[in-house]
Amino acid sequence: MCQVGEDYGGPGPAELQPKLPWRGCEQKCMKCKEGLPVLIIRAGDAFCKDCFKAYYIHKFRAMLGKNRLIFPGEKVLLAWSGGPSSSSMIWQVQEGLSRESAKRLRFVPGVIYVDEGAVCGQSLEERAKTVAEMKLILQTVGFPYHIVSLEEVFNLPASVLQPVSQGPQGPENTYKEAVDGFIQQQQRLPEEGGQEAALSDELRRLSTRDPVGPEEAAGDSLPRPAQSTALTTLFSSVKTLTAKEELLQTLRAHLILHTARLHGYSKVMLGDSCTRLAIKLMTNLALGRGAFLAWDTGFSDDRHGDVVLLRPMRDYTLKEIAFYNRMFGVPSVFTPAIDTKAPEKASIHRLMESFILRLQAQFPSTISTVYRTSEKLVKAPRNGGAAGPVPTRCLLCMCTLDIDSADSATAFGAQTLEHLSQKPTPPPGAPGRPCCTRGTELPRACCRGPQPASQREEPRASFIEQLCYSCRVNMKDVPFLEPLPPYILTEAQCRRQRAWVKQEIQEFLFEESEGEDPDGN
Amino acid sequence: MPVPRCSGPCGGARPAALRRPRTGGAVCRTCFCSAFEAEVLSTLQTGRLLPPGAVVAVGASGGKDSTVLAHVLQVLDARHALGLDLRLVAVDEGIGGYRDAALAAVRRQAARWQLPLTVVAYAELFGGWTMDEVARRAAQEPGRARACCTFCGVLRRRALEEGAQRVGATHIVTGHNADDMAETVLMNFLRGDAGRLARGGTLGSPGEGGALPRCRPLQFASQKEIVLYAHFQELDYFSEECVYAPEAFRGHVRDLLKALEAARPSVVLDLVHSAERLALAPAARPPPPGACIRCGALASRSLCQACALLDGLNRGRPRLAIGKGRKGLGEEGEREGCTSKTRGRPTLAGAIQAF
Repeated sequence: MCQVGEDYGGPGPAELQPKLPWRGCEQKCMKCKEGLPVLIIRAGDAFCKDCFKAYYIHKFRAMLGKNRLIFPGEKVLLAWSGGPSSSSMIWQVQEGLSRESAKRLRFVPGVIYVDEGAVCGQSLEERAKTVAEMKLILQTVGFPYHIVSLEEVFNLPASVLQPVSQGPQGPENTYKEAVDGFIQQQQRLPEEGGQEAALSDELRRLSTRDPVGPEEAAGDSLPRPAQSTALTTLFSSVKTLTAKEELLQTLRAHLILHTARLHGYSKVMLGDSCTRLAIKLMTNLALGRGAFLAWDTGFSDDRHGDVVLLRPMRDYTLKEIAFYNRMFGVPSVFTPAIDTKAPEKASIHRLMESFILRLQAQFPSTISTVYRTSEKLVKAPRNGGAAGPVPTRCLLCMCTLDIDSADSATAFGAQTLEHLSQKPTPPPGAPGRPCCTRGTELPRACCRGPQPASQREEPRASFIEQLCYSCRVNMKDVPFLEPLPPYILTEAQCRRQRAWVKQEIQEFLFEESEGEDPDGN
Repeated sequence: MPVPRCSGPCGGARPAALRRPRTGGAVCRTCFCSAFEAEVLSTLQTGRLLPPGAVVAVGASGGKDSTVLAHVLQVLDARHALGLDLRLVAVDEGIGGYRDAALAAVRRQAARWQLPLTVVAYAELFGGWTMDEVARRAAQEPGRARACCTFCGVLRRRALEEGAQRVGATHIVTGHNADDMAETVLMNFLRGDAGRLARGGTLGSPGEGGALPRCRPLQFASQKEIVLYAHFQELDYFSEECVYAPEAFRGHVRDLLKALEAARPSVVLDLVHSAERLALAPAARPPPPGACIRCGALASRSLCQACALLDGLNRGRPRLAIGKGRKGLGEEGEREGCTSKTRGRPTLAGAIQAF
């Protein structure tokens, strides 16, 4: 792929036609050699409808079976956007739980839909219409569901941002024990319900501030207008579509995480397809998230500790999903996204998406190559585990901080230096010198009114210090902290105080012994 | 639009001459040049790239990057007594109408800075093969791209090493900038080159198996600033594109990077940061390199990539050692009837040179 028009693991587009003559009706399904083929997946593999269905279902089960992360009886939250991939995922789970299946899936599913209409330019009527449409589909699915509007982020407790550490589990043995235990337990069904209720009660107590609970259970929570306004204010203050998209993803992730904890779900399934993940990988690479790619795009994402995110659709291409949904009548709902109708050059996300899809049309192996490369990434810091006592985590994306020291020969160090050399030597605010030239990303203190610089700048500086590289870059496009939801600001304040207290008492403390956890987690 | 005053260290004494592409700060010419130089110096010092007393071979192509690199190194060496012994090494690939003009620029630079210049030519090193000859031969395979940049990149790396050895250098520096690094990490993902992703992201290679240590002091400098610096220093450089470059895949990625940069000015360094932090499974890391059985240079297989490419050229099968060329070879081999000849050779799949 070093040259335009070069073949890369197969014939180029120009050569494709003569090598693949359409043999019309005489061609048979490549699997059963009998059925009438209805579609061609991958170069030249024609499948009949039944074989395609079997192939599609097997892929889903194989992905879950191979990874063995979902325990029997575990509550799993399916994140549904209404789009083709996540809709197909719900149908696969339903298929796996249905009685006809020889080997039933044994987990307990629920569905969450996050209504983001407020930031995607939908009116209240349109949002109500979408939600009604969603409910109709969810009722036919028959799983318990939670419809949460994005405005709920203003009610989240700060505990969402505190990672819950989960003791390491022995993989194989525990899984087998759990399966055996489950089979035994199934004979005593009535007790199980009681236990679960007790557990969810306990979880409810964990979250101190939770005015949303009952409303959510009713599944009908119209957002309060004040919160809708606050959300719109927040998003319109963000300067670029790239940062808006990232902020939306962060808030959505927090909301899903909180809902999962609240209702006792320990796994969340996301509907990212292979196509989507390849695009996401390249996008996140460009956003400076190189250290976290394995978490952001891998099958399982355990950054939150107690709630693990899974991506069971990661082996399907969008094309396969579209064909399956069409052939087997899987309904999906179209909802505008934050970048719908935005021009191609509006954000990193849009640019990368169209680049990859265009390249894929030219070189058919692009997406699978990127995807396969992503599987070679590992969830570990690059230079082995230089394990400090407790790794500091990013306030927003909750990944371990990937910040280099300011004086290191790294991209981060170079940028720090660049900003330092920008600082003028004479005292700021000297007369006759223009300040805050348009185009500088951080509005300087001098243009912020009468308050002294230290008071205004200090919270922002300490907020930024709690973020990873990529979130810091994003925050450059978020000029004001005030519109952010309270739980983020509270937690930031809390962490700052904790750091300050720690610094204060540091000199009076004895060195702690190796094994102990200084935070008592 | 009124010209703002400089917001740099001079404190607004002079009017600003430019906006720094990444920070957006308006600075005057003097403040910009000293900041640019300070940043390269910081990269050299914090990365401990060139120890005092190093004999440094500067890979000079006559283009903006290597011109700025040689100039900055000379300025910094004189100002901060870094104790460097700079020598220019230029490679003559033998590309008619392109390289001759570029080499003339290198000669002018060498004369201006009074630095010793050594020119090594492909024709002399690789048994008479010039790039034009390689391109002509590669074009003989019907229906295939010529892969000129693949050949040229591999051979130039080898030639630079050879030239540096000849001038008795202890270190090689090249003018790769942040944009080049960002393009490379994107390309390596698109090609699925996990080995290169695992190795990349550093400021160079420490030098192993007899090869000289290489480094890239301009790795954090953006291409735009390099052009601006060359403009303010009135450096004389050659800015035409190679005649074979329009065919290269890198062009796609370069366009993407330009568009990304328009959407977010810091994207180039964000990509470099990502490359620094990528963690690949130990299995993806390449085995420790050995030596080429033919020329003794650093090689990850029994033949080094340069020797493998030359081998293919000499047999009249230019694509023998490129990418997954061997796979395609089986299909075409029947037509040519000489597959058995290649059987004994190790697979060289995925060994496309990135630069």
